[in-house]
Amino acid sequence: MTVTEDTLLFIEENKRRYAELKAAGQKHAPKALPGPTPRDGSPIPEGAVLHAETIPGGWYWSTPLKAGEALRIRLPHGPAAVSMIAWAAGDKSERLNYADTVKVQWTSALGKGRVLFSDMGRVMFSLIEDTTGFHDALVGGSTAASNRARYGEKALRNTRDNFILAAGKLGYDKRDIPPALTFFAPVRTDADGVFHWLEGKRQTGDFVDLRAEMDLVVALSNCPHPLDPEPDYAPPAVEAIRFRAPAPAADDLCRTATIEAVRGFENNAR
Amino acid sequence: MSKFFATPVRDASTAVADYFVPANAPFSCLVKKGESVRIVDLEGQQAVDTLFYRADDFSERYSSQDTLRVQGSAYVSTGTKLISSEGNLMLTVTADTCGRHDTSAGACSCEANTVRFGHQVKYLHACRENFVIEVMKHGMSKRDVVPNINFFMNVPVEPSGELAIVDGISGPGDYVELKAEMDVLLVISNCPQINNPCNGFNPTPIQVLVFAGEEG
Ligand SMILES: [Zn+2]
Repeated sequence: MTVTEDTLLFIEENKRRYAELKAAGQKHAPKALPGPTPRDGSPIPEGAVLHAETIPGGWYWSTPLKAGEALRIRLPHGPAAVSMIAWAAGDKSERLNYADTVKVQWTSALGKGRVLFSDMGRVMFSLIEDTTGFHDALVGGSTAASNRARYGEKALRNTRDNFILAAGKLGYDKRDIPPALTFFAPVRTDADGVFHWLEGKRQTGDFVDLRAEMDLVVALSNCPHPLDPEPDYAPPAVEAIRFRAPAPAADDLCRTATIEAVRGFENNAR
Repeated sequence: MSKFFATPVRDASTAVADYFVPANAPFSCLVKKGESVRIVDLEGQQAVDTLFYRADDFSERYSSQDTLRVQGSAYVSTGTKLISSEGNLMLTVTADTCGRHDTSAGACSCEANTVRFGHQVKYLHACRENFVIEVMKHGMSKRDVVPNINFFMNVPVEPSGELAIVDGISGPGDYVELKAEMDVLLVISNCPQINNPCNGFNPTPIQVLVFAGEEG
């Protein structure tokens, strides 16, 4: 294949821009992220709670969440996994996008200081507190098939059907259901890309605080993650608390940790 | 051409359909159950963003997460079963001369490009532009566009969870072949990205071949 002079110039120009973008990015070095939140840290001020919900094992819940409110998802009764999807409140076609979230932040290891993106380049959530740093962004939640494979032929509740129910009751459709993120699911790959479950990374009292950065509708599902090796299907209840989050300061970690987060928030403000 | 993993090895001249997809362009075609589709990276280092929909019910579509779960690993290659949002087998990867493809990182978009590269790159044609144009030809909309497979893109997920930054590994003529296990609509965005090395800074054309099923 002979490459024309025009093509060579085009490639040179694109390479030059890539080098410029890289250099500009390096000027804004990512902030070092803090370790996990202590399990007894960051109490919710008494007057800030708007609603507290207990989601029984196997069940789902959906809630509107206004910009500036936060959702604490907590494990008061032992290890559980909580899958989440979300939509922009005024436009269900804008929704949580795990692929953009991991791609633009160069990591599938979400934890305190990271943000969650919509498919429109805007920040939906800031992960303002997190006691574990072990969540799953790639594998998603359970399905009827994954339950059958794990637990046999019993009819057990699963995350896919929970999200169909949550979406259906909101007047949404199956087509509106994006892939999920699952909190408290310690999934990592090995050097060959094979997924592994790192048990021992979550325990009673773990929580994550998600600050809404736009008006949202959120759906949660409390079902065991499909890679959880625990042989019994016995998910304990989890707690979801909607509360007024403290206003972010100018140097707010999630809003300033990376140049990508800064640009995402610029998109939110437009 | 790089490594080769394929059964059976097919002669390109026996294809029942042969499509040329120009650089940057969207494309779609039907692939019937039993047929095989071959996607050829004609000049090498070209990312091919691909989605699949059940031909008689577009609300059932390719699911990257179900595929990764069933697969148990983060990469796509020969033997990978592509799973739908309803848990059904859509296609099986039967040949791969490249060795590794991504289904974790999704497609580029004008909006995500502003986040990754800066607001000045917003008005550059992107994969989600291609996907929206192409699915709307079939009565669908953006809500039907979900995270896809990126053929010929290498996005290693490290044990730390970090995504590694690496160049494309495909060479001229590399291809991937998939056998349809149900009637599917194949939708491609021949990725126009020029802000990073995934297309070698120069998006190039691809070829799509369809082969008849073994039973004819
Ligand atoms: Zn692209």
